[in-house]
Amino acid sequence: MTGGQLFLETFFNPVVMARYLPDILKGMVVTIQIAACVIVTGIAAGLGLAVLRSLRLKAVNFVIIVCVDMARALPPLVIVLLVYFGLPNIGLTLPSFVVLWLVLSLVLAAFAEEVFWAGILSVRKGQWEAGRCTGLSDFQTLRWIVLPQAIRLTVPPLTNRTIAITKNTALGTVIGVPEILNQATTAQSFSGSATPLMMGALAYLVLFVPVVMVGRYIETRFAWRRA
Amino acid sequence: MSLSPSSSDPDRSADAPILDIRALRKSYGTVEVLKGIDLKVARQELVFIIGPSGSGKSTFLRCMNRLEEPSDGSIFVDGIDLLHPKTDINAMRQRIGMVFQSFNLYPHMTALGNVTLALRKVLGKSASEADAIGLAALERVGLAEKARAYPGQLSGGQQQRVAIARAIALEPKVMLFDEPTSALDPELAGSVLAVMRDLARDGMTMVVVSHEMRFARDAAHRVVFMEAGVVVEQGPPEQLFGPDAHPRVRAFLAEIAH
Repeated sequence: MTGGQLFLETFFNPVVMARYLPDILKGMVVTIQIAACVIVTGIAAGLGLAVLRSLRLKAVNFVIIVCVDMARALPPLVIVLLVYFGLPNIGLTLPSFVVLWLVLSLVLAAFAEEVFWAGILSVRKGQWEAGRCTGLSDFQTLRWIVLPQAIRLTVPPLTNRTIAITKNTALGTVIGVPEILNQATTAQSFSGSATPLMMGALAYLVLFVPVVMVGRYIETRFAWRRA
Repeated sequence: MSLSPSSSDPDRSADAPILDIRALRKSYGTVEVLKGIDLKVARQELVFIIGPSGSGKSTFLRCMNRLEEPSDGSIFVDGIDLLHPKTDINAMRQRIGMVFQSFNLYPHMTALGNVTLALRKVLGKSASEADAIGLAALERVGLAEKARAYPGQLSGGQQQRVAIARAIALEPKVMLFDEPTSALDPELAGSVLAVMRDLARDGMTMVVVSHEMRFARDAAHRVVFMEAGVVVEQGPPEQLFGPDAHPRVRAFLAEIAH
């Protein structure tokens, strides 16, 4: 067997591919489901926290900052393991899908909060003053004047961060969420072939290359608008 | 929208001052920038505040709608105690229009959107009602045809006129102008001053902080000269711009003349 044949046999074995394609596809569906849930709840929670922080209540902001810094500092895998294996000890057993969803939402929320907060701060003080001078309340000023401008500024960094965190759905494999990597490693151990891992990698590419491209498009479009 | 009742100054007859400020003080830390200022502004009066930079005139103006929180003293607007804790400051601010040096238009909204936002969100007008009022306000500043333009598509002078329209759409009882032409080239400033002159002629009460001395001389009913946080002299323009003005006033005017 030549080197090329060996390579193909190892990573692109057609028999193995045919055998495990349905599993990988099922894994893709699960990955998409988790990713969609994480993006929705993570960004919504991040925005909510940034809005809460803009009320400038000292005690609340202290709690937000501490939690956000911890969620940003800890490796997501550590939080996943801690929650999945720790919570049952205090009588709370959550399905692995829910654990992954909650943990990644928390991490995305932490980063999104920082991005939104930076966006809110970057809107000039005069915008707040102009709104309040026409009788708008602080919250109305935030809602109608400051946030629309802040969010426009935050789209590019938020897109990057969202992609980075969504890829962490692969961490689900360690707690048995049947997403792409989990299906691939299971198939790999049954088949003894590396082909399912390659299929998993390709599945990630199929899912995330378009997302990266959309992210780049959004980034250039918003950068152009600002100029 | 209900305003809280006046706590101690129920005098709201027609000849009562629309703005009555007494012994106003403002400190930042240990630095006192306003050292007890009294000012009464009558209905339909155009009061000009002049003075060297750092004299506290902008801070004084910004206290009049509580963009800056005064440290001491009292402010009555149309007989209502602005500093009373029960006073609804948002409701009061609709009655006190403000125009800024840097325009502060909302860049993500059209000119009409800028003018109608508070009409819709504060006064609860329907979109069509707000648009009609907004267009009328833009008409008054000569920019009805720019209603659909975004601030970035307007010149500085046009932006400032939209900012004036945004304020007058709420039918304020008094308008505050904080160096409205300082960021503008002279030819653009002219269009803003023309709008201000029209407003004054229509009987709008105005307090203007500005270095436009010619405008002050022509249009103001009263000129107030501030320096180092106090009012040094006030009176009709003929007095402050005349030979018998306070020496500090004459020194200031001589200095800015060249």
